[in-house]
Amino acid sequence: MLLSIRDLSKSFPGTRALDGVDFDLRAGEVHALLGENGAGKSTLIKCLTGAYRRDAGEIRLDGEKISPSSTSEAQELGIGTVYQEVNLLPNLTVAQNLTFGREPRRFGMVDGKAQRELAREMLDGYGLDIDVGRDLGAYSVAVRQIVAIARAVALSGKVLILDEPTASLDAAEVRMLFDVIRDLRDRGLGIIFVSHFLDQVFALCDRLTVLRNGRKITTETTADLDRVKLIEHMLGHELDRASEEAATTDSVADDRPELLRFEGIGRAGVVEPFDLTIRKGEVIGLAGLLGSGRTETAELMFGVRTPQTGKTRDADGPVSHATPREAIAAGFGFAPEDRKTHGIIADLSVRENIILAMQAHRGWTRPIPRAEQDAIAEDYIAKLDIRTSDADKPVGDLSGGNQQKVVLARWLAMNPRYLILDEPTRGIDVGAHAEILRLIQEITEEGMSILVISSELDELIAVVDRVIVLRDRKHMRELTGEEVATDAIVRAIASSDHAPDAARDHAR
Amino acid sequence: MSDITDSSTDGTTGEQARASWRFLKNHLREYGILFALIAIMAFFQVATGGILLRPVNLTNLVLQNSYIVIMAIGMLLVIVAGHIDLSVGSVLGFIGALAAVMIVNWEIPYLLAAILCLAAGALIGMAQGFWIAYFRIPSFIVTLAGMLVFKGLTLWLLAGQSVGPFPRQFQLISSGFLADPFNVEGINLLSLLIGLAVAAGLAGLAIRNRAAQARTGTPDEPMAFFAAKTLIIFVGIAYMSWLMAGFRGLPNVFIVMALLIAVYSFVTSRMTVGRRIYAIGGNEKAAMLSGINAKRLTFLTFANMGMLAALAGLVFAARLNTATPKAGAGFELDVIAAVFIGGASMAGGVGTVVGAVIGAFIMGVMNNGMSILGIGIDYQQVIKGLVLLAAVIFDVMNKNKG
Repeated sequence: MLLSIRDLSKSFPGTRALDGVDFDLRAGEVHALLGENGAGKSTLIKCLTGAYRRDAGEIRLDGEKISPSSTSEAQELGIGTVYQEVNLLPNLTVAQNLTFGREPRRFGMVDGKAQRELAREMLDGYGLDIDVGRDLGAYSVAVRQIVAIARAVALSGKVLILDEPTASLDAAEVRMLFDVIRDLRDRGLGIIFVSHFLDQVFALCDRLTVLRNGRKITTETTADLDRVKLIEHMLGHELDRASEEAATTDSVADDRPELLRFEGIGRAGVVEPFDLTIRKGEVIGLAGLLGSGRTETAELMFGVRTPQTGKTRDADGPVSHATPREAIAAGFGFAPEDRKTHGIIADLSVRENIILAMQAHRGWTRPIPRAEQDAIAEDYIAKLDIRTSDADKPVGDLSGGNQQKVVLARWLAMNPRYLILDEPTRGIDVGAHAEILRLIQEITEEGMSILVISSELDELIAVVDRVIVLRDRKHMRELTGEEVATDAIVRAIASSDHAPDAARDHAR
Repeated sequence: MSDITDSSTDGTTGEQARASWRFLKNHLREYGILFALIAIMAFFQVATGGILLRPVNLTNLVLQNSYIVIMAIGMLLVIVAGHIDLSVGSVLGFIGALAAVMIVNWEIPYLLAAILCLAAGALIGMAQGFWIAYFRIPSFIVTLAGMLVFKGLTLWLLAGQSVGPFPRQFQLISSGFLADPFNVEGINLLSLLIGLAVAAGLAGLAIRNRAAQARTGTPDEPMAFFAAKTLIIFVGIAYMSWLMAGFRGLPNVFIVMALLIAVYSFVTSRMTVGRRIYAIGGNEKAAMLSGINAKRLTFLTFANMGMLAALAGLVFAARLNTATPKAGAGFELDVIAAVFIGGASMAGGVGTVVGAVIGAFIMGVMNNGMSILGIGIDYQQVIKGLVLLAAVIFDVMNKNKG
């Protein structure tokens, strides 16, 4: 065994990013690391490359215990990494990039000729015919990837970690990259391949390991695994009490009045045009893998990105939602996926975060009186059970689950008719998780309609009436009633190669 | 479901202890800057043998720093919004020149000219803010360009000459003092009364706030800290106004400055518009998703900065009683330094008006004190630079520990 990880754990305030994870890598294999956002892939890699210090567990490389404390130490030990956004310098030449930090010298100065010679040697065997004297930035992303790989292999030479290397490559470039990867594998390197493109994983990898919520779910040989099984592993398939309860509430859905009708909403390169009708008090789920267009659908509906096609109507006529301000005026709300960068304003108080959207909607000429602000904040702190010592504490001091509740409170205070929740339970602990699901059910009883996006299928089917399945930036299928169950959703997500015709019908 | 626990309850005591520790440290910064000012003043008071706090010098100190303070208020908003404005020094010079040309050469009534100058300042701010807000051109670049442009326009407008003097009426902006209706011998009673009223008012407000806090929950600030802070502010203001009343009373500029500080403090801490500037500076994306028109707000922040720079330009021109092509050179650096010494964050979203004003006075007292001591301009620059660096290092370390 080239690399073996045992019982690796890493916590951040409010979340347990890795929880007792085991992982093995053989020399001469390509091993895929799979999981949705927040599953723990990048934390695992950062522990390996020394960017994070692990809390517990051990890592052995060639049987030796290692504990890298920086990326350069990991490199010297033999673990090299290539990221999606290539971490080389496009303003230097290919040769300078390849030999960076160990330039051949002559009389104390960099020997340009020897440098280019060395660079050409390093690129030997990668099937690249490029001028190492030109700026790296002059070449395509695929070439830069391969240069980065060549550098990492030359520096480290045992383990190569590729983090989403194909995200910005076209099909021909992917093939070129895969040839390079297979060649390295045959030379005896252990390669960890992180990607969310399942086709590529099946095409390239010998084994795969699935992470979910910081735990290792399984390690399988790729050849023995079918796609449905894999998606089940990634999205979870533990039926529990909550989802059984939910199954009984489905039948009442259809007689509710129609609230909104999205027709042909789409934007090139973001999401293909889709139709969606939303009824009053209904909870709709969006399911699909990472990159399938879930978040993008929400962004089009809320005007974060302006739709290029289609129109939206309610009972009174057309509804405009080309910008967030228009969407809010139309009675929409949106709690985004990335709480830290898009949700909270960490330096402002809990109270100010809660009234933010409400005040923005009223306009600055009609300020909410301080007493009313306090009342609203206290009301939601009590209602959502936000754990904070007082409403004037900066929201950045709260735990992840409580921050999420503050973002929820911001939108509930607006009393929107249509609320979009993108991964409402991401990165929060189990207790707060269940509370947020309970809240979703409560607020729809008051007539609000909700769209929930989630990678956790169990969570999704526990709260929703209908599920829209997305794949490759397209709305593929709508599942209602009895069909709202994990295996049906998993099959719908996985069906790309098996039933393309049926899928196309549903997309219309 | 009732037995569900959140991580914050698991570690209640630990979390609370950490939170209050962090609170204390946050406030350490606020107390810190006030104490720094007091310590610096005390040091120079002793080192200069009591010259620093002589009524005439104190009055001078206020007059010398008024334009920096006025611009620091506007700069605080710009920096909280996550931007920077390098053009303020040049705009100050340009508006001074414009005022001189209008009043002296064209003989426009000084009041009308002053209003036109303020409007021109606001327009300049808008012209720069337009590109920054709506086209996302980095503010550093836009205002660097503005700095060069208005430096050039000042030269052009004055044709390389100094223009002056201004009519007496206009000079009063900077050299006038509050008239005293009481006519008491040796003291400007109205100024003293105003000073005492303001000191009492501030103390009263602080006590009322604390009472309100006590009603809704326990105040975070320990009683001793609160009492000491309130007392120091009360005594400080009362003593300063006593000193100044003993000379010629409160300068007109001081009144303008105090009003601006009060108004902008209120706007930034209580009013919607002000809080929104903190929101866009803290997390622009989240603010926009909440429906805040971040672009317009950025635009207005720069318009406001331009207007305040224009006001500072009028004050400066009136003080020198002439407009010179060199006026305002390098002022932007003092203003920006004052705001950062006052605890604002380069990343935006953090900072207070009062902090920026105290920062400006720290710089001012050091300038004044070192000049009295006869320290050369060379060492003065070095010392001021190191103080700025130390203040920001202190901030960053403080933040990292929390």
